[in-house]
Amino acid sequence: MSTPATRREPPRVGDQPLFRRLLIGVVLVLGAFLILAPLIIIGVEAFAKGWAVYRDTITHPDTRHAIMLTVLAALVAVPVNTVFGIAAAWAITKFDFWGKRFLLVVIEIPFSVSPIVAGVAYLFVYGLQGIFGPVLDEYGVKILFAIPGIILASMFVTAPFVARELIPLMQAQGRDLEEAATSLGASGWRTFFSVTLPNIKWALLYGVVLCNARVMGEFGAVSVVSGNIRGQTNTLPLHIELLYHDYQAAGAFASASILALIAVFTIIAKVALERQGAGRIRRPALAANTAEKTS
Amino acid sequence: MRRNVLPGLPLSLGVTLFYVGLIVVLPLAALVFKAASLGPEDYWRIVSSSRALASYRVTVLSALGATVFNLFFGLALAWVLTRYRFPGWRIVDAMVDLPFALPTAVAGIALTALFTTNGWFGSILGDLGIKVAYTPLGIMIAMCFTSLPFIVRTVQPVLEDLDPALEEAAQSLGGSDWAIFRKVILPLLTPALLAGVSLSFARALGEFGAIIFIAGNQPMSTEITALLIFIRLEEYDYQAAAAIASVLLLTAFFMLALTNWMQSRALRYTARG
Repeated sequence: MSTPATRREPPRVGDQPLFRRLLIGVVLVLGAFLILAPLIIIGVEAFAKGWAVYRDTITHPDTRHAIMLTVLAALVAVPVNTVFGIAAAWAITKFDFWGKRFLLVVIEIPFSVSPIVAGVAYLFVYGLQGIFGPVLDEYGVKILFAIPGIILASMFVTAPFVARELIPLMQAQGRDLEEAATSLGASGWRTFFSVTLPNIKWALLYGVVLCNARVMGEFGAVSVVSGNIRGQTNTLPLHIELLYHDYQAAGAFASASILALIAVFTIIAKVALERQGAGRIRRPALAANTAEKTS
Repeated sequence: MRRNVLPGLPLSLGVTLFYVGLIVVLPLAALVFKAASLGPEDYWRIVSSSRALASYRVTVLSALGATVFNLFFGLALAWVLTRYRFPGWRIVDAMVDLPFALPTAVAGIALTALFTTNGWFGSILGDLGIKVAYTPLGIMIAMCFTSLPFIVRTVQPVLEDLDPALEEAAQSLGGSDWAIFRKVILPLLTPALLAGVSLSFARALGEFGAIIFIAGNQPMSTEITALLIFIRLEEYDYQAAAAIASVLLLTAFFMLALTNWMQSRALRYTARG
């Protein structure tokens, strides 16, 4: 249907000015109350006791340690999940094998499991009541209530983040380019780095950014496995809880303001990456392409 | 099926299965094993104790309330963001993801500060006789916050792809806007709405960090199931923690199956149209 540029578009459903203004107004007011206000109050409360208190909290050794631990968890968990995400996407989108749909569902499980349940589950693997706990204890290996436990729990919670961005995209891109490259004699690694990677780089980065935000902010799963030892196994979110329950609200909000800032940067990065086309192929497309048999 | 010439299946599938096995399957299997080792009688006694039942009730009811609110607000937000252009709509669109990006503990203390009796909203609502913080209403608001993006982000792409010709046809037949919305647009959105609702509900059931600060955490009234598990752990009652956690895990599996079924149905629906 070719529409001349001069023709006025007919009004669509819900385009009456009054209704339109009313709906925009209601949505903006509710959004301001529910989403914007929490962000603003973090800043307000963080500086409620003045700049000096803010600076003292941020530079306090316990806070600095919590920041370091949070960064460390991200530095380990994010790259490992990135490698996993790439491997999973390559296996699932470039090959057909029995149980593929089931594997897709298993990869997505951490999204639906409560973080507390994840933490408890890790207790029954590496804790003293768990499968490997007694053996590990005998050899003096400490996983729970120590840094490895925090990292493992973060990995569980964020396991699907990179994979779910890559799988629908690589599914849609198909296998032709890679097949052409290998048939011309390129090795598997070369094919991946010079053919696949350039096509998925924005989606990959998108997944990494979201994965990082979640690792740095994870609370429930980490609070079960960390043991909450101040200055030792407290990540930033746990440190916030500790300060808050210690009646140091200003300190809690000061620490929270760091994480809120990371969240805002995450959203800015997300929007920038979406402009590059990342995150555009959404979940329904994933199912569509897996359902469609490769001819 | 055609012959595959690409290399890397053993390596990539090996890494995937090893990682999924170690990080996802092993811990969940250990939890199920631990819960199963209790024996049916002990298991039933724990998961049906009055405190556990009260925690399910407050969790499920709050999650239902939050999901119903998000169904309407999420649909309105998705509608406004796809249909209307106004100054700053891009910022609003980006802000919808804030609940995903903001750590739950941060959201929890922020919402509590807003809704306590001397907070910005709490003081106004208090004058009206509504108490939010440390009541089930507070739990609901925390759940609304964390699950809102699910419904917006599942409905938005479907609204964007809606063919204007369908509306034009209905308009030319003389349908009122409300009739067209109800009889033409809503049925097309229903599969996405249902998928968003189940995602949102599942997330609300498992939420912990955002809720515990605002909930009050009184046993039998404002204690959510995730918190009860945590309390049992702190009491070193690992069996009870395992049993109640297994209830949440089974619910999560059920919701996952439901969501997958709804999404595949949604797909068949759009594929037909």
